[in-house]
Amino acid sequence: MIKLKGQGVCGGIAFGKLELIKKSAALVHRERVVDTKSELMRFEEARTKAGQQLEALYDKALDEVGEDNAAIFEIHRLMLGDPDYLESIQAYIKDQHVNAESAVAMTADNFVEMFIAMNDSYMQARAVDVRDISDRVISILADVEQPGIKSEAPVIIGADDLAPSETVQLDKSRILAFVTEKGSSNSHTSILARTMNIPAVIGAKGITDSRFEGAEIIVDGFSGEVYIDPDMETIIQMQEKKQKSNTQKELLQRLKGVKPVTRDGQEIRLYANIGSIKDMAEVYANDAMGVGLFRSEFIYLESSTYPTEDEQFNIYKSAVEKALGKQVIIRTLDIGADKQVGYFDMPKEENPAMGVRAIRICLTRPGVFKTQLRALYRASAFGRIAIMFPMITSLSEVRKVKEICRQVKEELVAERIPFNANTELGIMIETPAAAIISDILAKEVDFFSIGTNDLTQYTLAVDRQNPDIEPFCDVHHPAVLRLIKTVVDNARKAGIWTGICGELAGDMELTELFLAMGVDELSVSPGLILPLKQKVLETNVSHIKDKLLSQL
Amino acid sequence: MKELKYTIKDEQGIHARPAGMLVKEASKFESSITIESAGKTGDAKKIFSVMSLGVKCGNEITIKADGVDEAQAISAIEDFLSKNL
Repeated sequence: MIKLKGQGVCGGIAFGKLELIKKSAALVHRERVVDTKSELMRFEEARTKAGQQLEALYDKALDEVGEDNAAIFEIHRLMLGDPDYLESIQAYIKDQHVNAESAVAMTADNFVEMFIAMNDSYMQARAVDVRDISDRVISILADVEQPGIKSEAPVIIGADDLAPSETVQLDKSRILAFVTEKGSSNSHTSILARTMNIPAVIGAKGITDSRFEGAEIIVDGFSGEVYIDPDMETIIQMQEKKQKSNTQKELLQRLKGVKPVTRDGQEIRLYANIGSIKDMAEVYANDAMGVGLFRSEFIYLESSTYPTEDEQFNIYKSAVEKALGKQVIIRTLDIGADKQVGYFDMPKEENPAMGVRAIRICLTRPGVFKTQLRALYRASAFGRIAIMFPMITSLSEVRKVKEICRQVKEELVAERIPFNANTELGIMIETPAAAIISDILAKEVDFFSIGTNDLTQYTLAVDRQNPDIEPFCDVHHPAVLRLIKTVVDNARKAGIWTGICGELAGDMELTELFLAMGVDELSVSPGLILPLKQKVLETNVSHIKDKLLSQL
Repeated sequence: MKELKYTIKDEQGIHARPAGMLVKEASKFESSITIESAGKTGDAKKIFSVMSLGVKCGNEITIKADGVDEAQAISAIEDFLSKNL
């Protein structure tokens, strides 16, 4: 048995025969041409044909893996038409009298160099795209066929690196897994493998050794390990692992429709965080009980000027209608700091995380704020909307916000526009100040939603944009957890509910603690809902409650 | 000549796909259009040129358009940037 270690880019275990896909790249011979005019014509014809192939590939990819993944072929077409790329090829032919194949190969080398020299792993990976388009043109010039799978039975594909076009050209129904020598987790092969849910390992050095052609191998897309001619022990081990991963997938499917209740009967609501109306489909696919955080800023970010009341109303209305009676908690405009919107024309700040952002913008620009609130209240007539306000630090802010809401409601009444007067109003607890005075704030609102990302950043004084201080950012820091507990306790005393919508909500190491504290709702990205539900169903809170809380 | 400054908000910066979209948008206009970032200048109508700038999230870019339809070009690109990047 030989074991190769690479990087797993798409989970799953596959057993099968290895088939090596060799680059078809015709060997390029440099030849001198006399008739440069007809050589230029020959290149132009090959380029046109390559463009047509790319169009066909785009259509095929669109069908198989969707628009996002197909877009690469559109990029390839643009690359193939890039004036600098073309001029370089034409200059080699005209000025140096080389044949078209060499001219393309030399130009490709130069552009590949350019990408490899870039200080950015994503851009470095784009060297593959240059190779891909150039090889395509060379193959056409040299009349060499593109590679394909020879075996009739499904196989595991091994290759040096798969260009996006190669990945799409292959017949997916015959692929059990991908293993490549090179590639990055940003590469299209990785992305496509994940989209098609085929186990994949990249960077497995040695896989293209011709001795391995046809060998029985096992690919572990979780650990990145590849076993060639595995021994009995490994086979048994991997069969178990495969079984387990399949069961896991099925289990998650089974959890749909099951209420998240702990073994000892404590209920918790699992909601989804969404960033755009398009994500509403995910809310259903993952069985969320509602939307715990609807980030309204996308409406502002996607617009080139202030979105009108009607534009916003239509979006909120469509969101609650799509929610079919489930609660949708919409957070009012939260821009500033890392999210800037040009037309707001915000002055530059030294320290934007602590600057004019979120509710501070809303309170200093009541016109913008009122437009959003009117749209939200109008949409409340069509479903269960709740409104929450970000970045609160004081009682006076909450009172001001409520006063503006009162004015908006009065206006709507006067205009005879229907709305739900009992629309729940909540605040985000994401500053230490708000957490510490949560007993006072709880008397003013219907619910709290704890934004753990900002709460952690402000409590620990660590800038979450700065990777260098990550070692100082203990996400389980007791200071943050104690603040959360304070907030939940104060909410309980005032008879209101508390949710958590930050990163920590989906941190399963903390699920038991949150249940012990009595958190009412956790809102996480849609993909985390079912795993989190499983965690809740497995948990027994009562017997560990005192112990967990006393450790804080 | 008209110009505009814009700070990239997309986490991935100007990666392949938006670079392609930007090139397509810029190519709709007759004016010559350049994109500058960190002291380097690229031609907004050439994909390799745009990609070679390696513009990342948080970088400020300057778009300059020069020609008969420079005003329309700038406003179209501004709209494109705010929607996509």
